[in-house]
Amino acid sequence: MDMEIRTGDDMDPKRKQYFQEIKARGLSEEREERIRRELIDTRAHEPEPVPPATGSEFHPGPTSFYEYADLLFLQAMGYPSVSPTVCLGSLDELLERDKLREKDGLPRKIRVGRLIKPGQGGKDKIVVVPTTVEEKFIHDAVRPNEEEESAGGSGDGEEGEVIGEQPVRQPGGAGAGPGEGQGGPHEMESSAYDLGKVLTEKFELPNLQDKGKKRSLTRYTYDMTDRNQGFGQFLDKKATLRKIVDTNIHLGRIPDVDDIDPTGFLISPGDRIYRILSKEKDYESQAMVFFLRDYSGSMMGKPTDLVVAQHVMIYSWLLYQYDKQVESRFILHDTEANEVKDFYTYYNSKVAGGTKVASAYKLVNEIVEKESLARDYNIYVFHGTDGDDWDSEGKEALPELETMMGYANRIGITIAEHGFGQTRSEVERYLLRSGLLADKPELVRMDIMQQDADESRLIEGIKTLIS
Amino acid sequence: MELIDQHAKKIMEGCKRRARDAGLRFQEETLEYIVTNRDLIELSPKVMIPTLYDYWVHEVEVLKGKGKYELYPGNPYETVINTRPPISFYNDNNPDWLNVMIFYHVIGHIDFFQNNLYFRHTWDYDFTGQALSDKRLISKYRSEKGRQLDYIIEFGRAIDNLVGYHNTLSQLNQPTSHTGSKRLDFYFDVFLQTHKKVRINDYVKEIERYNQNIREYGELGEKTFFSEVDQKYPEFNAIFQKSLEKKPETRMDLIQFIMAHSEFLNKEENKWMKTVLEVIRNTSIFFQPQIRTKIMNEGWASYWHETLFMQDDRIQGHEVDFARVNANVTSMPRVGMNPYALGMRLFYYIEEMADKGKYSIEFKRLLNANERKEYDRKTHNGRDFIFKIRENFNDFLFINTFVDQDFVTGYNLFVAGKRLNRSKMVWEYFVQSRKAEDYRDMVIDSLYHPPHIEVDHKKTVDQTLYLNHRFEGKPLVKDFIPNTMFGIEYLWGGPVKLETSEVAPTASLHGAYAVGGPGPQDPPEEPEIQWQRVLYTLENRKLSKRILYAVENQP
Repeated sequence: MDMEIRTGDDMDPKRKQYFQEIKARGLSEEREERIRRELIDTRAHEPEPVPPATGSEFHPGPTSFYEYADLLFLQAMGYPSVSPTVCLGSLDELLERDKLREKDGLPRKIRVGRLIKPGQGGKDKIVVVPTTVEEKFIHDAVRPNEEEESAGGSGDGEEGEVIGEQPVRQPGGAGAGPGEGQGGPHEMESSAYDLGKVLTEKFELPNLQDKGKKRSLTRYTYDMTDRNQGFGQFLDKKATLRKIVDTNIHLGRIPDVDDIDPTGFLISPGDRIYRILSKEKDYESQAMVFFLRDYSGSMMGKPTDLVVAQHVMIYSWLLYQYDKQVESRFILHDTEANEVKDFYTYYNSKVAGGTKVASAYKLVNEIVEKESLARDYNIYVFHGTDGDDWDSEGKEALPELETMMGYANRIGITIAEHGFGQTRSEVERYLLRSGLLADKPELVRMDIMQQDADESRLIEGIKTLIS
Repeated sequence: MELIDQHAKKIMEGCKRRARDAGLRFQEETLEYIVTNRDLIELSPKVMIPTLYDYWVHEVEVLKGKGKYELYPGNPYETVINTRPPISFYNDNNPDWLNVMIFYHVIGHIDFFQNNLYFRHTWDYDFTGQALSDKRLISKYRSEKGRQLDYIIEFGRAIDNLVGYHNTLSQLNQPTSHTGSKRLDFYFDVFLQTHKKVRINDYVKEIERYNQNIREYGELGEKTFFSEVDQKYPEFNAIFQKSLEKKPETRMDLIQFIMAHSEFLNKEENKWMKTVLEVIRNTSIFFQPQIRTKIMNEGWASYWHETLFMQDDRIQGHEVDFARVNANVTSMPRVGMNPYALGMRLFYYIEEMADKGKYSIEFKRLLNANERKEYDRKTHNGRDFIFKIRENFNDFLFINTFVDQDFVTGYNLFVAGKRLNRSKMVWEYFVQSRKAEDYRDMVIDSLYHPPHIEVDHKKTVDQTLYLNHRFEGKPLVKDFIPNTMFGIEYLWGGPVKLETSEVAPTASLHGAYAVGGPGPQDPPEEPEIQWQRVLYTLENRKLSKRILYAVENQP
């Protein structure tokens, strides 16, 4: 127990207490070791502070020779910029072609590039670039310790001397990487697209029910339904004829309704009735979407990237398709759950601490109960985790989950696996054992992905969760 | 695209004349075009070759970032392309003095393209013309075959970095005149070594015996020599005769092997695919030397634009403008690598060394630092020397041969390290090493180097293609393996196996977690890498992996 002595002071008392409780129920050695690792984790969850731009940061040059080219350096021409409107046409074409690949039994190649730039105060920006990579056999770097990179340099300085510092997070590049992300701005705005547009073609919220008529969720469709006199896209012949007859009756040119002579009609320009494109409200039920993210210490790295990336996709799709009228709530949890105010905080909070899935489920249940959301809203819950849970039997999580299933329209659980070698994660195990997945596939879905999942895999995952 | 105006062309011609007087050698005609932003959008995905075939990937932004140049060796923003005549591209509003500098730079590149032996295979034809006919061919197939054509291009391009570029070069650079007898060559080069596997001692004795025979009997020496051979090895004559009948073996790269031996491709209805693959292969081989001579090529061009610009009488009054632009292009960054700067400095350094006669045994034997510094034989053959370098070297040889401690110290170079300072949340850059070996290794490590993957003829049986990756200390990018093999399987029309090396997974959870460990004061332990040899098999679109054996020590 020397470990406990050494770290006892740092430990969060609540977390410690919870650990004692679990321990009392009995733990295998390996489990205990893993839990301990999170237990003594003293880091805090604050979002990475964005360093102020002083203008004096150190910017290293390109580390590869091959990034230099005559046109850029000698003639200072700059990269050619493509206007988004030019690309818009070809994007659809490209995606169409990509779809055909699937038909031919080949994996898709075009990825819908990096996605969202969360900004504070709801100024989220969603941008999309089609990207692809031509896969070949190429060498990978052997870099077991990622903090060691080397490049060339010139100038003064003793060996070992620090010659410059660069903030880990670039100002302005915030949100380039989720959670514990890497800095570096992405060149994505040069050709910006609406991600939502692409995603809409693929998804729809499942199991929508008529609920809460008091505030209808609207979505717009465009149709040729409005009529307009004088001009428009499409001449409505029947309506026009009717209008002409109407006019001529008023002019007294139809003395006998049984014997009409159309050759004698007078036609005013206003008689032509056209159909015109109009925005139509589609009445739908309202929805509340809960995003739950495990930000415990074990989520370090890839699992967080994946979970956040997937939630970004779902979130941006909701923003687009439901015009921000689907309400979203954001909950982060380690051993305790917290609701955070916006997507920005949700996206950027760092990982730390232990894991208790039940805490998040419980918080959702409390919120729904307190605000009587179940009556007025379709409720969706998306939970992202690495599948690690101190409560390895799900003794607390499962009852909360069952409560949730009582009102939710769909619960989507994403497990981004570490691939530590153990076969199944706790959450996956107890969910499977509970039989909930098999009994109520309409209500609960689970998607398990490996660390190496790419964006198309993420979209695949969303399909699983909400189809 | 428009040609540059007469005024600018006149300046270019003046530059060419001066460059020729200085010793550069290149063809008479050149073409210069003005390019706009719009032109660049179309040209850059096609590696600045206006007539390159169309392919959808050119329309999509190609994923940037790590390993980009490994995938796309052609440089998309080059100013000159290696065609006949050479074509170069210019910004519309360059002032005259800047054009003089750029023209000299361009001429440096043209001279390099047309004299460096690594470009030997591009000398005899005009690539734009070739590319145009390829483009027409491909668009014809596209209208006939539809999407399938794009798949063939995709699969072909997936293995176009494994082309036998050096084989092509070695065939072109064969010694022209063959002197001496074939029988003698066969005896010493093949028979003794491969058939008899004699020990070095006996081999040397045999050579001595031959020399003695020549000395004693002159013209008849060889005959006498072989009469004794016939007694010693009665089978020699038969083996030699047989070897004459056999055609010399040519080594095939992966694309060639598939084209020659794939039953699928050799079906009547699929033969067109081979034509497409041939186009991909030739295009790839064309671009190979560019990336392998990046530092030299840019260094050479920078050396000459600086040298010739300063001597040019037409630019008086713009020395300061030039100095500013030139410093921007050819300065060494504090951290980072600039091929213009490194290449140019190395050429200056080599010239100076050669001028003083320092590339000599005599100098190499000097150990006294002061004597080394003062050493000057006043040979003044530096210019000639660097011309020879530009003819015979590529980046690897250039760096490996000439980056020495005097160079690294003289230009104040170092290997810069980058590490994370957790307490300040900053990346720290620090001086890691000022040793020439370290600097050289760092540069060489960053050079383009595709993996060496060959068909294993012995294991390629029963319609199964067996590929062997010769391990050079770096694994393959795992994510790319399945799709690349998928393409090969399609073209081969049967199962494909790939033998390669990977890092064996370590059992500890520690690395995967990296939560900071039990104590932050622990120094990060250097994990020892365990390699293992693995075999990927793709059969009927299903990929499986088997561990062959663990590799004890890094080879």
